[in-house]
Amino acid sequence: MTEADLTPELISARRWADEDVQAARLPMIDSPFVTVGGGLGSFAMVNVLRIAGIPTSAIKVLTTIDKPEQTYKFLAGNSQIPDHERLRSDSSSTIDNIWGFPSYALREGLSAKGLGNKLRPWMNVITEPVLADFYTPKAGQVYDSVANEAERMGWHQMTAKGAVRMVRPRHGGGYFTVLTPPRGFQPPPGSGPTKRIVYRSSHVHLAVGYPGVRFLGDLQEYRQKHNDFSRVVNAYEPHDYVYEELLRRPSTVMVRGSGIVASRILVRLLEDREKRGAQTTILHLFRNYVHESQGDKATFRRLGKNGFAYQGFNYPKAAWGGQLKERLEALEGKDRADLIGLMGGTNTPWRKPWEAMMDRGRQGGYYQQWIGQVQSVEPGPNQTITTTIIDPEQRSTQLGANFIIDATGLESDISEHRLLADLLSHAGAARNPLGRLDVEPSFEVRGTRNEPGRLYASGSSTLGGYYAGVDSFLGLQYAAIQIADDLASVGFGKRIGIGRSVREWMRWMRKKPIPA
Amino acid sequence: MTPTLLGRIQSRLFLLGTVGLLWTILVVPVLPKFGASIGEVYGVTISALVIVAFFGIGWEFLYHLIQQYRWEKDWPILYGLITGIPEGILTWLIVAVSFNPTPSGVTFFLHFASTWIVVWLVANGPFRVFLLRWRFRGGRIV
Repeated sequence: MTEADLTPELISARRWADEDVQAARLPMIDSPFVTVGGGLGSFAMVNVLRIAGIPTSAIKVLTTIDKPEQTYKFLAGNSQIPDHERLRSDSSSTIDNIWGFPSYALREGLSAKGLGNKLRPWMNVITEPVLADFYTPKAGQVYDSVANEAERMGWHQMTAKGAVRMVRPRHGGGYFTVLTPPRGFQPPPGSGPTKRIVYRSSHVHLAVGYPGVRFLGDLQEYRQKHNDFSRVVNAYEPHDYVYEELLRRPSTVMVRGSGIVASRILVRLLEDREKRGAQTTILHLFRNYVHESQGDKATFRRLGKNGFAYQGFNYPKAAWGGQLKERLEALEGKDRADLIGLMGGTNTPWRKPWEAMMDRGRQGGYYQQWIGQVQSVEPGPNQTITTTIIDPEQRSTQLGANFIIDATGLESDISEHRLLADLLSHAGAARNPLGRLDVEPSFEVRGTRNEPGRLYASGSSTLGGYYAGVDSFLGLQYAAIQIADDLASVGFGKRIGIGRSVREWMRWMRKKPIPA
Repeated sequence: MTPTLLGRIQSRLFLLGTVGLLWTILVVPVLPKFGASIGEVYGVTISALVIVAFFGIGWEFLYHLIQQYRWEKDWPILYGLITGIPEGILTWLIVAVSFNPTPSGVTFFLHFASTWIVVWLVANGPFRVFLLRWRFRGGRIV
């Protein structure tokens, strides 16, 4: 018997009936709620639903990864944040704890040895950002906390491995989510050999993360034209061999970008130079150099100098839950996109040790800042790559480097993601002013409702909606709460009120599992 | 915290009326009273709470104005603590002229400072356990 698979009829139909799926002999599994992704977005969603009283049997997590923190950890690690380094995240943005209490700083102090070590994170949060830089948690602390909470909520009882190919509305309400399981999987009992499994659910949540990393156009062109994928690298890709090579011989590295990813790469390069004996010269190329603070109003001015725009997190804090959040919620279309741009854009946190390291680099001549538009990127002499730039005075300069690191943190278009592309072409979804998925304030994907079912999305793919910080721990939790409240309004789960909130928090504190 | 103006006022009134009041009820019996009766001390301390609540609405407008000059539009935890100094002085002045004889400054100080710190601690952590959405709503309760 041949393996059952999607038929051309199914692929082209915008809406499927149960009989269509049965006719294709695809096994069908019922689950009231399906979340696709299985990373931190799905984790936050399931966490809130479990706390809202939804049993594990009513939730399926469709994922290609083994642990919810896996993809985040992979990207953070590549961009040079190992477990012992600190993330760029607020103390009370506790992804493992929807209340934000106890915060990461409080917990770090409690588990530290010695009074000085206990008091340090506490004093940090009490005096930030006035007398100290913002406290941020260590990556390892966050990963451990996620693993514990995943265990507590029964995460691994809810996961099913595989890639999700499409979500299609169902005749009669709800959705079909098509999973392609890994090779060699056991088909469900009673079904024949099959390439796909179809999940039939009332509600679907998509948290698929970045569609992919994107290179700057000139670097992408160079890579393809000269078939050189090892010396022009993206900060989000594995590229540790670059740092190893730099330790072995004096070299020149060009860094492109001026946001947090670039800062991380610069810190790694400078630390290797100061502490591990590397003789690296860093050419930091800026396209937009920030000379001074940004904004023409005293009430809307962001610190800027030395090329960088500075703020604690990727948006001003009030974008997550204050004045700026309320302001954004009231805007539509281009106005909304503009405000997101003004609050966000390329920026990095001010951290005293980083600034000191860059100052030393400037003085020593091994950290050089260049400003210009790139004209061309071509192979140069002695295994180098020559970048020709036109500076603001219209002079042409050639910069040679052994490696180029693209730390611009660009993301691919959402249509690069197969599932999102299908959602746009077949399930009624549309784009928001920033070109990503258009969602309601409840994070329901506009145009996809199939009563009584609802389809939601959260995370990076929804940037451009009514909430700016979607791609952050707190933003994922906010989206999850909005979605859970919306679902509670149609009878799926309970709205988390005071009583439930307190009870579940006590359970969290006692490290007791949420009942299945 | 990232309060809005309305959130500031609501949070102040709510926290004073719950945490502040409860703390006052609990702490007054153990405060040094310098000859005053417990009833008199309750009269002064609860009046102080009402003054902080009422005049606090005015203070919140000032804080909100200051916040406009902060890029992050946040209210640092430290600000939430040190604003207790001007507010405490104003409250003392009002209490001192309103009560005859003038209550003990030490009793007032111990009550005011401890209440301020307890409310500040609760606002910066445990309060969120009760109201899950509070921190996303700029401190609004309703």
